[in-house]
Amino acid sequence: MCGIAALQIRDVALRASLGELMHGMLCGIVDRGPDSAGLAIYNDPSLTPAGTSTVTVLNAELNPDALAAALRDAVPPAVGVTVTGFGETTLINAQIGTSALEQAVTSILPGVQIAGRGEHVAVRKGTGHPLDLAEQYDLRAATGSQGLSHTRMATESAVTAAGSHPFTVADDLCLVHNGSFSNHATIRRQLCAEGVTFDSENDSEVAARYIAWRLAAGDTLTTALEKLGGVFDGFYTLVVTTATSMAIVRDPIACKPAIIAETDAWVAMASEYRALAHLPGIANARIFEPAPGVVYTWTLDSTKELVTL
Amino acid sequence: MTITHAPAPTNTARITAIDLAVSTVRDLNQALHATDDGTSWVVDTPAGQHNIAVGIDRDLDLVVNGHVGYYFAGMHQKGRVTVHGSAGVGLAENIMSGTVHVTGDASQAAAATGQGGLVVVDGNTGARCGISMKGVDIVVGGDIGHASAFMAQAGRLVVCGDAGEGLGDSIYEARIYVKGTVASLGADCIEKPLRPEHLAELAELLALAGRTDDPAEFRRYGSARTLYHFAAVNAAAY
Repeated sequence: MCGIAALQIRDVALRASLGELMHGMLCGIVDRGPDSAGLAIYNDPSLTPAGTSTVTVLNAELNPDALAAALRDAVPPAVGVTVTGFGETTLINAQIGTSALEQAVTSILPGVQIAGRGEHVAVRKGTGHPLDLAEQYDLRAATGSQGLSHTRMATESAVTAAGSHPFTVADDLCLVHNGSFSNHATIRRQLCAEGVTFDSENDSEVAARYIAWRLAAGDTLTTALEKLGGVFDGFYTLVVTTATSMAIVRDPIACKPAIIAETDAWVAMASEYRALAHLPGIANARIFEPAPGVVYTWTLDSTKELVTL
Repeated sequence: MTITHAPAPTNTARITAIDLAVSTVRDLNQALHATDDGTSWVVDTPAGQHNIAVGIDRDLDLVVNGHVGYYFAGMHQKGRVTVHGSAGVGLAENIMSGTVHVTGDASQAAAATGQGGLVVVDGNTGARCGISMKGVDIVVGGDIGHASAFMAQAGRLVVCGDAGEGLGDSIYEARIYVKGTVASLGADCIEKPLRPEHLAELAELLALAGRTDDPAEFRRYGSARTLYHFAAVNAAAY
């Protein structure tokens, strides 16, 4: 059992409350996975400032100040670098592209676990009680266009920060999973043959890698998830987010719960309704369970909205 | 066919109001277990909490205003319970008697293993509605999901909308009435003739659920009874 809660906010005025709303949602899924948790926050200018890339590393061997100093030596002069520690997670921003930043980070910390990357998303995850982690990440102060949270009750791999969700294996792409895949080892071998590399032994990472592989091949998010349904065997409710989209799919026999609520101002998904009960306008929201095997995708239709933050 | 569902409420002299934003679910449930027959209760702010009104064994009336979580009114007996909202997984699981009415939708496994009583869902249910039902009556105003009435043993399932894949798979003896389409029938579940006694019991069930659907518009499904016994032909496999 794991818990998922995701929120995409269309009403620009409500985006200042993203963290507050997500904190309430997280409270509603703690019981489903009390051993570790993770958050992805999109377009919070304090976490992912405009004009920077953001990379998240886990269990860095250098403290934030030392890592920042080393990075400033590794990047061109006048490139701004900030490094912030959040427990097992270290968030790194720099005024260079994601690939260049990742390269600089791995040159300083060879073999370090990269848990997040992109220009729009800040990923933080770790072990411990989800509400303690939410305090460590100052979730309630977060703002932004969309967010994703996951509470994990580990089954397929160890309780570690690396095994926590979300999995972010391509720029601004996050995946969270409630369930378990039964043929992930086979798919992992097939992806390895395609040149895909892996960070963890986690079955959910295989799904994230598969989707990233399909997106890189030109599939849309919806198409990639539809293909996943034909390849992956097992139990799953998945939420996948990109810089502007949020998609949800359940396995064809709907083993794992999911409920969606939608208003003009936002669309939210959670494992259980109680994680949605506090959202503004919930009394008049359209509330439904996603049908088995059907991909639901919502896209923020204006990039201008993102800039007005 | 005699229908023995509990009559409408008669005693509203004592109404107790509980706000679950203030009281805990455990406090509420313990109060419902300890109360007398004939009492009336109103519960506000359920906020999707789990296990609300589980284990009622009193001839009481309970109204809940808002959405409820998992296992609402599980193991219910005797009383009449209404939810003005929707319900999560396992609504009225293993209900023994009495009535549970949800005005919105219910998630999967509604009335699972129910042994008696009546469960009414005005909206839709998710998958596995009436799974392993053992005597409960279920009336759904909308659609039901896949694998509903799986291994159903007794009782009646009435669906005023459509049914998902695998309806009545491995069914023993429950009777299923569907007004809309059936995506597919499960193993050993077949359509059966709608005879006068079926129209009569369907009319009674629809009336109990407060519905005006025409019984003649339904089709009946039930067990082909080919899975009851070991097929001797399979002996050759040993």
